Amino acid sequence: MLPAPFEYHAAKSMDEALGLLDTLGEDAKILAGGQSLIPLLKLRFASPAHLVDINGIKELDFIEEGDGTLRIGPLFRHKAAERSSLLASRYHVMADAAPQIADPIIRNRGTIAGSVAHADPSGDWGTVLLALDAELVLRSKSGSRTVKARDFFSGPFSTVLEPTEVLSEIRIPAARPQTGGAYLKLERKVGDFATVAVAVHLQMDGGKVGSAGIGLTAVGPQNIKAEQAEAALRGARLDDATIKEAAALAADAAEPKADHRGSVEYKRNVVRVFTERGLKRAYERARGGG
Amino acid sequence: MPIADRVAVRLRVNGEEVAVMVPPYKTLLEVLREDLGLTGTKHGCELGECSTCGVLVDGRPYLSCLAMPLDLEGREITTVEGMADGSEPDPLQVAFAELGAAQCGYCTPAMLLTARALLDHDPHPTRDAIKEALSGVLCRCTGYLKIFEAVELAASRGRRHG
Ligand SMILES: Cc1cc2nc3c(=O)[nH]c(=O)nc-3n(C[C@H](O)[C@H](O)[C@H](O)COP(=O)(O)OP(=O)(O)OC[C@H]3O[C@@H](n4cnc5c(N)ncnc54)[C@H](O)[C@@H]3O)c2cc1C
Ligand code: FES
Ligand code: FES
Repeated sequence: MLPAPFEYHAAKSMDEALGLLDTLGEDAKILAGGQSLIPLLKLRFASPAHLVDINGIKELDFIEEGDGTLRIGPLFRHKAAERSSLLASRYHVMADAAPQIADPIIRNRGTIAGSVAHADPSGDWGTVLLALDAELVLRSKSGSRTVKARDFFSGPFSTVLEPTEVLSEIRIPAARPQTGGAYLKLERKVGDFATVAVAVHLQMDGGKVGSAGIGLTAVGPQNIKAEQAEAALRGARLDDATIKEAAALAADAAEPKADHRGSVEYKRNVVRVFTERGLKRAYERARGGG
Repeated sequence: MPIADRVAVRLRVNGEEVAVMVPPYKTLLEVLREDLGLTGTKHGCELGECSTCGVLVDGRPYLSCLAMPLDLEGREITTVEGMADGSEPDPLQVAFAELGAAQCGYCTPAMLLTARALLDHDPHPTRDAIKEALSGVLCRCTGYLKIFEAVELAASRGRRHG
């Protein structure tokens, strides 16, 4: 099985990659880990005339925390996220999600940015970034713009990225003390995409919720941010009644479709149960526990 | 659609420098099998699902069906043909043969290489670590148990030269 013929460009710098995209426009695609793009090319769902490989631009592989922001580069791979002690200590929702993406071999290669740009409604990282209230920096030859994760996705496998733009950086508000998160994923077997998954990120403020982020995977045309559930949590004490209410609101925000993985009712109920469990786990972690 | 010309690719495979002229849209899997004659690497799904095409790149498992050769210039690629040291098989190969951890053998090259990467990084892995490391490589014959046991046997014997 071979992709349709394309011309291959190994970009040596971001400027070179942006220049190529600027000239080639819709005829070109960025190649990052290739773990989603190459299957699409082989199935001929996409047949760009040019691939712009960014793997040779080593400085795009970074994770840095400073000035109130965690910044992640386009070549930061799933495996690096899985092994990151920074993420394990303070960005629990990311640390939880990383080892649940695909299988270990694919994780050696695939990137967080590529996953987000691919915008699979069953992909995990978009949901995580929605819960974390991340911003995405989109760069082109003529400049750059920053969009909120919630404004980035525009449907199944579609985003606001222009053909001339590269997702050049993911920006996440730095975790402050009293932060906790969790990612719960239901899959049929190791390496499978989610039947349902829920991302939770909590910032406690004394005994109350300062802010809460809740994202849902595989229950709609794109990764969903459960904003009503988030609003119900803000400023509240995290007692059982509040958790139940937020979980019910998250379940309402889901728009699942019935398929071989489960019925609509089943998936909605998993969203409810996972939101409850995720909030409890995140709260525990925000208080310094497991 | 342009008719892509063949391009020169220089790879380091099993310790040897090789140069081939290939169309740029061929994945490493086809280049290994068709251009370099290294048919130990198997093609299964060709879409990332089964991992029978697994090889090592700088010691880490990669799916050759989803890797572009031009991206791997200068990297060290190891296929199952490169596991033995001359006529002396890798301890994993010996253990797989002794315990019958290969039946049809289709998954075996990728199992061996993935297990090699694991043992190089963690010489005495737990059963859970073995299961996790091999979890992407599908085997339709063995039920996995003999494979796990063979990895454990090889681990207990240590490295070839060690
Ligand atoms: C068998 C299998 C199982 C999988 N299971 C899961 C799973 O459980 N959960 C999950 O989330 N994912 C899963 N994936 C997908 C995997 O996580 C991919 O690594 C990821 O979706 C794409 O990242 P990539 O770096 O490989 O991107 P690529 O495949 O290189 O690119 C994907 C798309 O994004 C574009 N792109 C890449 N980087 C950029 C950038 N910086 N700027 C602009 N555009 C860019 C490309 O042009 C392309 O359109 C699975 C894949 C396979 C094959
Ligand atoms: S052939 Fe590469 S994963 Fe199946
Ligand atoms: S031995 Fe047949 S697939 Fe594993």
